[in-house]
Amino acid sequence: MTVTHTDTKSDVDAPAPVEKEHLRRLLATGERPAAPSAFASARAFAWRSMLKIKHVPEQLGDILIFPIMMLLMFTYLFGGAIAGGTTAYLQFLLPGIMVMSIVMTTIYTGMSVNIDINKGVSDRFRTLPIWRAAPMVGYLLADMFRYAAAGAVMFGTGLIMGYRPDGGAVGVLLGVALLLVFCFAFSWVWTWLGLITRSEKTVMSISMSVMFPLTFLSNIMVDPATMPGWLQPVVKNTPISQLVDGVRGLFDGNVDSGSVLTTLIWSAGFIAVFGFLTIRAYNRK
Amino acid sequence: MSQRDLAIRAEGLVKHFKDVKAVDGVDLEVPAGTVYGVLGPNGAGKTTTVRMLATLLRPDAGNATVFGRDLIADAASVRSQVSLTGQYASLDEDLTGFENLVLLSRLYGYTKPAARDRAGDLLAAFGLSQAAGKQVKSYSGGMRRRLDIAASIIVTPKLLFLDEPTTGLDPRSRNQVWDVVRTIVGEGTTVLLTTQYLEEADQLASRIAVIDTGKVIAEGTPGQLKSSVGAGSIRVRLHHADQREHAQRVLGEALSGEVVLDDDPVSLTARLAPGQDTAAQGSHVLGELARAGILVDDFSLGQPSLDEVFLALTNRTDVVNTGA
Repeated sequence: MTVTHTDTKSDVDAPAPVEKEHLRRLLATGERPAAPSAFASARAFAWRSMLKIKHVPEQLGDILIFPIMMLLMFTYLFGGAIAGGTTAYLQFLLPGIMVMSIVMTTIYTGMSVNIDINKGVSDRFRTLPIWRAAPMVGYLLADMFRYAAAGAVMFGTGLIMGYRPDGGAVGVLLGVALLLVFCFAFSWVWTWLGLITRSEKTVMSISMSVMFPLTFLSNIMVDPATMPGWLQPVVKNTPISQLVDGVRGLFDGNVDSGSVLTTLIWSAGFIAVFGFLTIRAYNRK
Repeated sequence: MSQRDLAIRAEGLVKHFKDVKAVDGVDLEVPAGTVYGVLGPNGAGKTTTVRMLATLLRPDAGNATVFGRDLIADAASVRSQVSLTGQYASLDEDLTGFENLVLLSRLYGYTKPAARDRAGDLLAAFGLSQAAGKQVKSYSGGMRRRLDIAASIIVTPKLLFLDEPTTGLDPRSRNQVWDVVRTIVGEGTTVLLTTQYLEEADQLASRIAVIDTGKVIAEGTPGQLKSSVGAGSIRVRLHHADQREHAQRVLGEALSGEVVLDDDPVSLTARLAPGQDTAAQGSHVLGELARAGILVDDFSLGQPSLDEVFLALTNRTDVVNTGA
């Protein structure tokens, strides 16, 4: 590239000159507002995340279209073979496939955290005098919105396909709430991974190799009673299976309070352990 | 210098990455209210030093205070005094310039309306109002750099770190960044600036630390450093090629130094001896050439390049080491 070319370009694109007097006045205000509360700073980061959805709406495609595909594919692919008909199978599958699609998308949070670090923007956040967990909590708050949207879309599609929840509106709302609580907690695994790995691709490949067995070796698509005896206790006791039991019970109006409680305990555990590891990694970065 | 007048006092900072010693015992004393230059080539440890001082990296050894507050024990308090403009723009590229500044203003504790006002004011002062509503990924290098500096002064910091603020900028953008730095320091903020360019450090800094392979190898005012390095040069381009030998003799007598004939058949270069005042020698030499009836097309005074400073400094360190 020649010097002439560069000059021409900067003449065309040249922003207005810096206004030194204006700048001097801004520097001289010496204004120093009180640092924001933990919640206010997390909310600011959530707002950032919502702005990113506005500017890059493609990312909603993943979270809205993928779940519908999953629901349609699995219902019509396995319905006949597993439950002798798609209507009966949909009744079984919908809560589980909702858990699967939404828990899968928690991976994105870890990737976003990793991208922030590699792009340098988290350097700026880390020199701010704010609550250290705020950037991550902000992401997760905005994610709650995305997960709720995905849940609503899947549920609507299910209704059109013939799904009828016996638990009624209250059961469905409580079921989705339980799912969101679990996703919020489980995401801390990925924020930690996002902080300790080199690139977003590494986050993706590690998290996928965790999520695939965890979601397929579960009660999402088939009743674990059909599995080999040695596998059953493992499958029945993973956090995902417990969550699916809880959500399915609430949707079906047949609440399995043991599973709901176990899911809440798992959630508390994820937050305690991986929340701690995340903040430690963030401070040490 | 008393502790009170120092923005930064660092002693023996060390940082390893795996088995590489990125910073190997850096001592710094940065007086408050000045621009302090940290000069060195790529990989010298400038960025790592700045990242430690800005609380982004924990030193493996050594200690430092920023305005008397301990870097490690009191990191939160240090963070409330400093801001950092990193080597790579630390902004969210998906957001617009305005949104970036509103977000950061909110994080500094401004209310929503106040944050919007502050963001708008800063964009106007930095000549970015036109681009306020565009995503940062569409900004030119110079615009990003300005927005990044604007983000660093949302709340006027007591100490601002600028890590290679003009690397990769065109000359016009570079001059504007220099103006901004002068304005910022004029309002009382201390600036620690890293650079690869001697000229930049010379233009802006009142003191300079030269660092190489993780160590400070020289420290002083720009004048002290340059005179310790010596060799500036005077380059003359003649109107007539056949006057070159004559010009070489004239220059040699006037400067009592080495005069080299350049590859270009009408040019020659005189190296100044250490301690010679480049500007005074320049006028003197021009007068002598005129008196000898030599016609000059072009005449330039060169400062020692960073390469020359470097070579001289590393040699000198070797001499010191051998002597010790």
